[in-house]
Amino acid sequence: MRHTLSVVVENKFGVLARIAGMFSGRGFNIDTLNVGPTLDPNTSHLTIVVRGDDAVLEQVTKQLNKLVDVISIQDFRDDEFVDRELVLMRVKVDAATRSEVMQICDIFRAKIVDVQHKNLLIEITGHEGKINKFLRLMQNFGITDLARTGKLAMSRSEAA
Amino acid sequence: MNAASTSSKADAPSQPAASAPDRGEVMNGAEILVACLEREGVDAIFAYPGGASMPIHQALTRSKKIRTVLPRHEQGGVFAAEGYARSTGRAGVCMATSGPGATNLVSGIADAYMDSIPLVAITGQVPQEMIGKGAFQETDVFGMTLPVVKHSYLVWDINDIPRIVKEAFHVAQSGRPGPVLIDLPKNIQNQKTQPIFPARANLRGYDLPQGVDELALNELIGLIGNAKKPMIYCGGGVISAGASVELRELVERTGIPVATTLMGIGNFPESHPLSLKWLGMHGTVYANNAVNESDLLLAIGVRFDDRVTGKVEKFAEHGTIVHIDIDASEINKNKVVRLPIIADVKVALARLNALLAKAGWERNPNAGGAQGRFAAWDQQIVEWKTANPLKFKETADETIQPQHAIRLLWELTRGEAIITTGVGQHQMWAGQFYDFLHPRSFITSAGLGAMGFGYPAALGAKVAHPEREVIDIDGDGSFLMNVQELACAKVEHIAAKAIILNNQHLGMVVQWEDRFYGSNRGHTYLGDPRQPGAIYPDYVKICEGFGVKCERVSKKSELRAALERMLAAQEPYVLDVMVPYTEHVLPMIPAGMTYKDIIKE
Repeated sequence: MRHTLSVVVENKFGVLARIAGMFSGRGFNIDTLNVGPTLDPNTSHLTIVVRGDDAVLEQVTKQLNKLVDVISIQDFRDDEFVDRELVLMRVKVDAATRSEVMQICDIFRAKIVDVQHKNLLIEITGHEGKINKFLRLMQNFGITDLARTGKLAMSRSEAA
Repeated sequence: MNAASTSSKADAPSQPAASAPDRGEVMNGAEILVACLEREGVDAIFAYPGGASMPIHQALTRSKKIRTVLPRHEQGGVFAAEGYARSTGRAGVCMATSGPGATNLVSGIADAYMDSIPLVAITGQVPQEMIGKGAFQETDVFGMTLPVVKHSYLVWDINDIPRIVKEAFHVAQSGRPGPVLIDLPKNIQNQKTQPIFPARANLRGYDLPQGVDELALNELIGLIGNAKKPMIYCGGGVISAGASVELRELVERTGIPVATTLMGIGNFPESHPLSLKWLGMHGTVYANNAVNESDLLLAIGVRFDDRVTGKVEKFAEHGTIVHIDIDASEINKNKVVRLPIIADVKVALARLNALLAKAGWERNPNAGGAQGRFAAWDQQIVEWKTANPLKFKETADETIQPQHAIRLLWELTRGEAIITTGVGQHQMWAGQFYDFLHPRSFITSAGLGAMGFGYPAALGAKVAHPEREVIDIDGDGSFLMNVQELACAKVEHIAAKAIILNNQHLGMVVQWEDRFYGSNRGHTYLGDPRQPGAIYPDYVKICEGFGVKCERVSKKSELRAALERMLAAQEPYVLDVMVPYTEHVLPMIPAGMTYKDIIKE
């Protein structure tokens, strides 16, 4: 099972190493991890996607909570949050396939951000399902380069 | 429960409610650090100097409140700080320079982490502009210690020192205690500013459990009322919380028998009829039987360590388990429990006792026994105790059995000494054959199992308790690992004693070789193989070189008088007791097995 955790931490020296080390030291698996600033310059926001059953999730949450620099943790369940990921990829094209790729990009609301003679640089944002489907389609043409942000998430309602 | 009672830790200073900061004189970073330590009530620091911590040592020479003890190795320093902390409940403080000084602290920091001991470790660091450049004696001690600290700091601004020290002591001593590292670059030690000392730590990400769930306590009382075979399994968390008094009251109200962990020794007087001493791999048969066959297990301030549970799925498998602990992450970590109670153990037990009193559970100092609520269960336990006492083969000749030496020491000190240990067979025998009466009297490296812990820890305990007898019961292997601290004991006039149970072998490993490796010796003989039969090394001569009194005793008939001479000494003293290497620590539950697999012979 995969879980999405939203974690607010003190923006202090070594905080990312502390969190990453906790995961590796206790044998937990991180699928994706995204870190960035928040409204408050003293804090950072992490979105962590972690793989494991309920017992693992319970331990991950509790062990994160124990870290002095962790301020809050939200464990997102099915419908209560919005998640997005941004992906950049380079896709091989030629005269025969270029327009088909561009059509698929249109359907998925992906953007072509650079055009070269033999490839296109494409940007897409969306939730996991959409991105995975788009990636499968693009694999038919040949993806030669791929960069992903990992999942970003925010709850639908304002945090209490 | 009000906040005041939740913060009433053993001896740990609680945070004052007022929060007016206090502005000091202009001074340098090193002096600010020392002023902060003084404000935290530190009266001793175990510190070995070096290039990157010299300014702090300079400042320490001017402190009238802090005694600086000079160990002869940083590892000795950190273990001494732990001995101080374990015997008092207040944070032990140690300091080392950057690089090798800092790396030499790591074992002690890991030890404090495993056993939840309050420790503030300070390291000098190379100047800020040199960090990351591979400077002389530079190591990333912050990164290196991340997995073994409760929290840590790299100071980057002189103005942060007072806040960081305040936070460090608060974090180290509150909640589930643990080690905190402060890494302080040398250039900041030399900068000057006017410090502002905060009155309290303000950490929004650090929450301590407040109060206790009354519903859960009432449910627990219901469970006790319905139980036929209840047991208490309690550990170091009860000692950290300073809750031994509350534990005693709980037992006297309910008559529930008590087994402790190794870390929990002294929680409950082992002379009490309801004490089953301790459980686990080398615990008593009766404690292991009782805990595993109980129908209600009150697990208090414990973490279901593998040396306690053996095969964890089978541990106490028929009983209802109630787990009281201050650390939420311990709940369901190793063992899923029926009723978790997350609270300061002292708060939880005090409230539980109050609720029991209200419900008519009278306090009775002679709880238990035939008149008690659990008479049949008590009878069963008495049968187990009678059939399986802790025992060893007394020799007919002059050979000194190690267990005999410990029993004799217990008799001569009436169980009132502070005992420290190294790690190995002697450690287990010290736990088995010395009966402890008070918390913070058995000081041992339990979780990490760090050899070399015993003597430096004894020095730290003696610095904190000059009026008490402090004795390291050690093995020859462990003692040698920090033998250099004899110099510290001599020069600093710290009258800690050591008994070396000298079998010329790495006894516990030998025991495992005998049991699991066909007695093939894999580098477990510590003597000189070219001179078998001769005693090596010669501790009497070693001690002579250090100027420490030492006596060797090899005959049982001479042991009592030798122990008496050691106890009469008012100075550091080593008694080298020659014992056979063929003894095994029994009983023994092999790793990963259950109480039914216990080896008694």
